[in-house]
Amino acid sequence: MNRPLRHLWLVVSVLFVLLFTSTTYFQVVAQGRLNADGRNVRTIYNEFGRHRGPIVVDGTAIASSARSDDSYGYLRSYDPGAMYAPVTGYYSVVYGFSGLERALNDTLSGDADALFYQRISDILSGKQGQGATVELTIDAKAQEAAYDALDGKKGAAVALDPETGAVLAMVSAPSYDPDDLASHSTKDVQAAWSELNDDPDRPLTNRAIAGDLYPPGSSFKLVTAAAALESGGYTPETQIPGPGTYTLPQSSSVMNNHAGGGTEACGPDDSSTLQAALEQSCNTSFALLGQEVGEDQLRTTAEEFGFGQKLSIPLSVTPSTIGEDLDASQLATTSIGQYEDRVTPLQMAMVASAMANDGAVMQPQLVQKVSTSDLSTISELTPKELGRPLSASNAALMRQMMEGVVSEGTGTAAQIDGAEVGGKTGTAEWGDGRTAHSWFVGYAQQDDRKVAVAVVVEEGGYGSRTAAPIARDVMEAVIQP
Amino acid sequence: MATIVSYTARPRRITQALLLLAAVAIGVAAYALVWLGRFDELPPGLVEHAVGALVVAVVLQAVVMWRAPYADPVILPLVVLLNLLGIAVIASVDSARILYQDRSSAVADRQMLWAGLGVILCAALLVALRDHRWLRRYTWIAAVTGAVLLLTPLVPGLGSSRYGSKIWISIAGNSFQPAELAKICFAVFFAGYLVSRRDTLALAGPKVLGIRLPRWADFGPILVAWAFAMAVLVFETDLGTSIMFFGLFVAMLYVATDRLSWLVIGAVLFLPPAIIAATQMSHVRTRLTCWLDPLSSENFDRCGQINAGLFGLANGGITGAGLGEGRPNVVPFAESDFIFSALAEELGLVGAFALLLLYLLLVERAFRAAVGISDGFGTLLAAGLGFVIALQVFVVIGGVTRVIPLTGLTLPFLAAGGSSLVCNWIIAGILVRLSDAARRPAARQVPGAPSPAQAGGSPAEAIA
Repeated sequence: MNRPLRHLWLVVSVLFVLLFTSTTYFQVVAQGRLNADGRNVRTIYNEFGRHRGPIVVDGTAIASSARSDDSYGYLRSYDPGAMYAPVTGYYSVVYGFSGLERALNDTLSGDADALFYQRISDILSGKQGQGATVELTIDAKAQEAAYDALDGKKGAAVALDPETGAVLAMVSAPSYDPDDLASHSTKDVQAAWSELNDDPDRPLTNRAIAGDLYPPGSSFKLVTAAAALESGGYTPETQIPGPGTYTLPQSSSVMNNHAGGGTEACGPDDSSTLQAALEQSCNTSFALLGQEVGEDQLRTTAEEFGFGQKLSIPLSVTPSTIGEDLDASQLATTSIGQYEDRVTPLQMAMVASAMANDGAVMQPQLVQKVSTSDLSTISELTPKELGRPLSASNAALMRQMMEGVVSEGTGTAAQIDGAEVGGKTGTAEWGDGRTAHSWFVGYAQQDDRKVAVAVVVEEGGYGSRTAAPIARDVMEAVIQP
Repeated sequence: MATIVSYTARPRRITQALLLLAAVAIGVAAYALVWLGRFDELPPGLVEHAVGALVVAVVLQAVVMWRAPYADPVILPLVVLLNLLGIAVIASVDSARILYQDRSSAVADRQMLWAGLGVILCAALLVALRDHRWLRRYTWIAAVTGAVLLLTPLVPGLGSSRYGSKIWISIAGNSFQPAELAKICFAVFFAGYLVSRRDTLALAGPKVLGIRLPRWADFGPILVAWAFAMAVLVFETDLGTSIMFFGLFVAMLYVATDRLSWLVIGAVLFLPPAIIAATQMSHVRTRLTCWLDPLSSENFDRCGQINAGLFGLANGGITGAGLGEGRPNVVPFAESDFIFSALAEELGLVGAFALLLLYLLLVERAFRAAVGISDGFGTLLAAGLGFVIALQVFVVIGGVTRVIPLTGLTLPFLAAGGSSLVCNWIIAGILVRLSDAARRPAARQVPGAPSPAQAGGSPAEAIA
């Protein structure tokens, strides 16, 4: 009976070869695909089982991980949560990550290439690896001032350091508490999630950089004015026409000179200086000025300011736009920040920062420093110039005009004792019968401290009344010692 | 009468003792590592576990030295190692449930008790069963017992249905898989029956297309075996058990007759019911879908268990997550049906290969006993038991790794489950007894020595 036994053994061998092959297939060949499968809970567990690095503002951790005695290993918590939620984002076992938690996931979890040697040394020393610490550029005082000022409103505020591009404040209101989404109780997270998503005010949206874009309204006149100066034909003293009403070319629509329907002319004989037009925010003056300057010059200047660019700060920023293929009447309304002008508050803060930084726009950045858990620095903020929309002398002229707006124009509510403040209000109409969005875009300077800021309050009405005081609070928090 | 040179007359009891010690050391260390990995501390019952394992090793060693001195020195260490590794992996599933899900789970403790019972039965068998040929007297009793056992789950009030299959009986709250015990009975019956009929089965019958077909009269028992397999498939709706029985029967038939026609007939007979099962039984159809395409989005939820197992394999990779470092608790039945994915997750491809090699070695030892043994009954029994272990391993691991559709069998010695573990220990005892007969020098023909036994089928008498 040895022959059939040999054959039977052959059968057994074939069966086992099949098992060796199939095991190898799933453990080696298909391993990467299976581990990357989004439905694989082990991948989530591995992700959440790591000691994630903290996110730090002014030396205090605003997001940190602590050991939890459950399936996941570590629990992410945020303090203060809602104030920084637009920056940190959430880190949820159910809904994934957002904000910096997502943009810097590799760094925070310790997987980034730059942390390779750190990982090796952790393995060799047998230490429990920890992700990198991310220090933000945010100024806690400015963030708090902006958050408090926007409390109960819908809108956003962004403050930049004009010289480095460092983001000093970024607030979106209403906000949410990321702790609710970071909880390990799936039920609680799902409840919080559906509540946040059902909220008509959309608290999960980061209005500062990635919400629905806003029409900038009169604050866009800064761009138009800068384009005019750059075109070479204008100074703040140049007389420009500014009638009480203006019938748009090839149209029956009539533009009133002032927001809210005022039809007073901008000056005697329906004309004024460029500076006076900006101070009073005359619509007809800028509609005509935009047409004089032309779409090409306006577009070139706007793009130098950053319009149309997809920025990564490292949060991704929705590009702002001035629209396409404008005819004369569209160019007229575009020049006063209506028609298809759509901007992020960050973009408008960049416009102000160019004025305060001798005409150069710096790349906005949120990360001051990345360091390993044993405090050796991996990378630090290096300022990068993004564009140069106007010359230093023209920037000085712009500042002169913007100071005029704050000292005697529509922006008086933004004045700060002892500081040089310049800016521009905006009252952006965006739908029939809806209250206009309220804007303030400006900068402040005291000694060697500078800040550029943009504030928008949805349906806030006049920029001079609603947005300007908020901007003042934020700027004050930065420049006042 | 072939002349066989005795290649090993040495008992190799020292080898067995050392191997047993190594098995206990590896198994207990694995158990300790699970707890260290999970809780950073030694398991509370480590000393008891180690002492228990050591006692098992000493008892087995003593019984073998006393009653089966020429037994194969590798079989029992393999079995002890598999059993202890199984307990370690089950403990890992337990501890993962406790740590991650806040569920109390003490499957490993129960498994230890069952292992103790299995060892006692194995030792008792070695003591009581002095000669494996005694089993041949019970050929027909074994047949009846096996048939009754196999059909008990169909008795109303006794059988209980789980997950689509009716292969359990429950008596006073304790559930039991009678198929495991029936497996042994049928192996004994097939061996006894085939060894007396092998000549007529092998030689008579018409020849068609170069294959000698059996006589109609010889078809009877084959059809009975087939009918039983089908009954299990149709009424208990368990593909795995019927594959196991029919595979066992066909393999032993082939060994007894050395005729390929039996394999062909077996395969052909098995096809129609398999197709009926695949098309008519919803849970078999689900398993078929999950075999072919479990990861597509429309099947993903239905095939959650097999997917969780595959993700576990992937998480293990080549070197594994480490004992007590994986997440076996996310796989349903990780301690029984899916213990292979739990082991492969924590020990990786390396550990999975080691496990497969352990099984292969065990099967090889059974086959070696089959080759070495001098009577046909012993050969058939050893080959049958060896093959059924191989088949069971293939059906279970093949099911988890998508070589074949998933069925409800357990991995011998490894998976949690009292009936399976105890019955496999009894099989181990029989294999030790068979290997002792195969290696016993007096049972062999040595040049010049008088032949005490006849090679081949008829029952041999005198044993020195």
